[in-house]
Amino acid sequence: MINTARKGDIGEPAVVEPAVKEPKKRKKRNRFRTEQISAYLMAAPYVILFMVFIVVPVVWSLILSLTHYNIVQDMRWAGLENYKELFTNDDLFIKACKNTFSFAIVVGPFGFLGSFFFAWLINQLKFRNAYALAFYAPSLTGGLAMSVIWLNLFSSDRYGLVNDRLISLGIISEPIRWTMDPDYILPLVIAVSMWSSLGNGFLTNLAGLNNIPNDRYEAARIDGIKNKFQELIYITIPSVKPQLLFSSITGLVGALGVFDVATGVAGFPTPDNAAHTIVGHMYDYAFLRFELGYAAAIAFILFILNFGLGRIFMKIFSSVDE
Amino acid sequence: MQNIDVRKIRARKFSLRRITFGKVIFYLIMTGLACFMALPLVYLVVTAFKPLDELFLFPPRFFVKNPTLQNFTDLMATLDSNTVPFTRYLFNSTLVTVVSVFGSVVTCTMAAFVAEKLKPRGLQAFSRIVTYALMFSAPAAQIPIYLIVSNLGMINTYWSLIIPKIAVPMYFFLYQQFVSQIPNELIESARIDGCGNMKLFIRIIVPLTKAAISTIVVFAFVANWNDSFSPMIYIQKQAMKTLPIILSTIGTGGVARAGAGAAAVFLTTLPTIGLYVAMQTRVLTTMAYSGIKG
Repeated sequence: MINTARKGDIGEPAVVEPAVKEPKKRKKRNRFRTEQISAYLMAAPYVILFMVFIVVPVVWSLILSLTHYNIVQDMRWAGLENYKELFTNDDLFIKACKNTFSFAIVVGPFGFLGSFFFAWLINQLKFRNAYALAFYAPSLTGGLAMSVIWLNLFSSDRYGLVNDRLISLGIISEPIRWTMDPDYILPLVIAVSMWSSLGNGFLTNLAGLNNIPNDRYEAARIDGIKNKFQELIYITIPSVKPQLLFSSITGLVGALGVFDVATGVAGFPTPDNAAHTIVGHMYDYAFLRFELGYAAAIAFILFILNFGLGRIFMKIFSSVDE
Repeated sequence: MQNIDVRKIRARKFSLRRITFGKVIFYLIMTGLACFMALPLVYLVVTAFKPLDELFLFPPRFFVKNPTLQNFTDLMATLDSNTVPFTRYLFNSTLVTVVSVFGSVVTCTMAAFVAEKLKPRGLQAFSRIVTYALMFSAPAAQIPIYLIVSNLGMINTYWSLIIPKIAVPMYFFLYQQFVSQIPNELIESARIDGCGNMKLFIRIIVPLTKAAISTIVVFAFVANWNDSFSPMIYIQKQAMKTLPIILSTIGTGGVARAGAGAAAVFLTTLPTIGLYVAMQTRVLTTMAYSGIKG
């Protein structure tokens, strides 16, 4: 740490003029150093905890992904065998990928666009606190906890409220077995997830929209911005780019990481694996079969997916002008 | 002064024109959507108050006709039959959640501020690593984490529910995004006035990012309060368990427990909604960066 601080000093103007040897300059340099140390100290608690509980476990599981390891037997080196096995020999994994993608392609964009659009609309309403509560409340419930309600609403007989209403409206004649019929499970999981998908992005956008200083709008009006649409394109969206980056990335990770809701609605494993997802597959191997190497390989494939798509979002949203 | 006048005139013009028809339709649509979003939660509440015969009524009814507290007393009865009183779980949950939220908010915001604005050597690379960590799905790293926690001797202590969950990449990233919007001139002028790092953070940055901090408080509270995974794997002592894990054993008791299950979910959700409502005004407080340009 001291080494790097000294390196940093070389480029500083204070060192470039060594002829001046006043005590004042010295004081300034000393202060610069204490400021640097205090900066490191402020970051230290997070950095240490992050290293111990995130970096080390992730690296550990990266190494595990290159081995055959199931806790009971000794670890055996596997090279890329786990990855090869996943793509060539594991039909269930391919199915999990398909399910996850068809889920993510609906819920991801909906959650991202919806979280901005509704935050933007609500921000302009009277009683916006009440509207914000109604839209955010679904995200306050645990995904698993609400399954009590979903199973009740979407019960497979006429005791289920949804079936009963649909029958009495004459839309269907027989009760639909929502949580058991493979044809309906994935759509149901998608619908339920959309309900709570506004989530964190919504609240972040709301906070971001409120952070836009008013004079920016005033200046824009003087510059000739006429309507709400122009205001949205030229002022609002550029001002909340950082929040959009956040909501796009958390939305992406959330959509590709779907598992809780599927388990809550249709159990685990789901009938005919109709809602088997990538994270579900990983959970299966990590906590039920204890084949940790294989599970870690799945985690890395998911990570690479997230990473690739996340880079695109970063390219789009990270240019902070000004 | 002039700006304000222009704005006022504009505002009046806008509102006069739009109060007529479009605005009414707009409010109606938004209210309809809001009600639709709230529907499952309303159903949760009414189910929690339904007596047994209404739970199995045919045809099913949405609203409750004779609300009763039966489900809640049933719930208490099942919980109290154990050797540990219900209040103990409540205490465990509250303690663990409050400490984790506090720890998360303090460490994540400080580090994110340092990484974004002070940029000491190494921390920029570090913040890139945090962004990557955001994209790593947790379950696969869970077993190495378990081994670390158990090697540190934290199994069956409150620490196991707190320490591993403090350094959350999401909060760091979120706060960094908000801090990046604070103009550098503001920080430089505070520096010239002789502000040290800590003073700069507490006096200047924190007041400007109240909305972000409140948002993180809500996220952290919801995540920690609803977490049933950590207590499931780290805690074996009955007296150390938290609410979600106790209540989830009731929810899974089949259809016969539907009422008690709904009551349990209702009770666990209540504090998160309460906290959100309390923090909401802060999240929605409009920030005025007045006098920055100078």
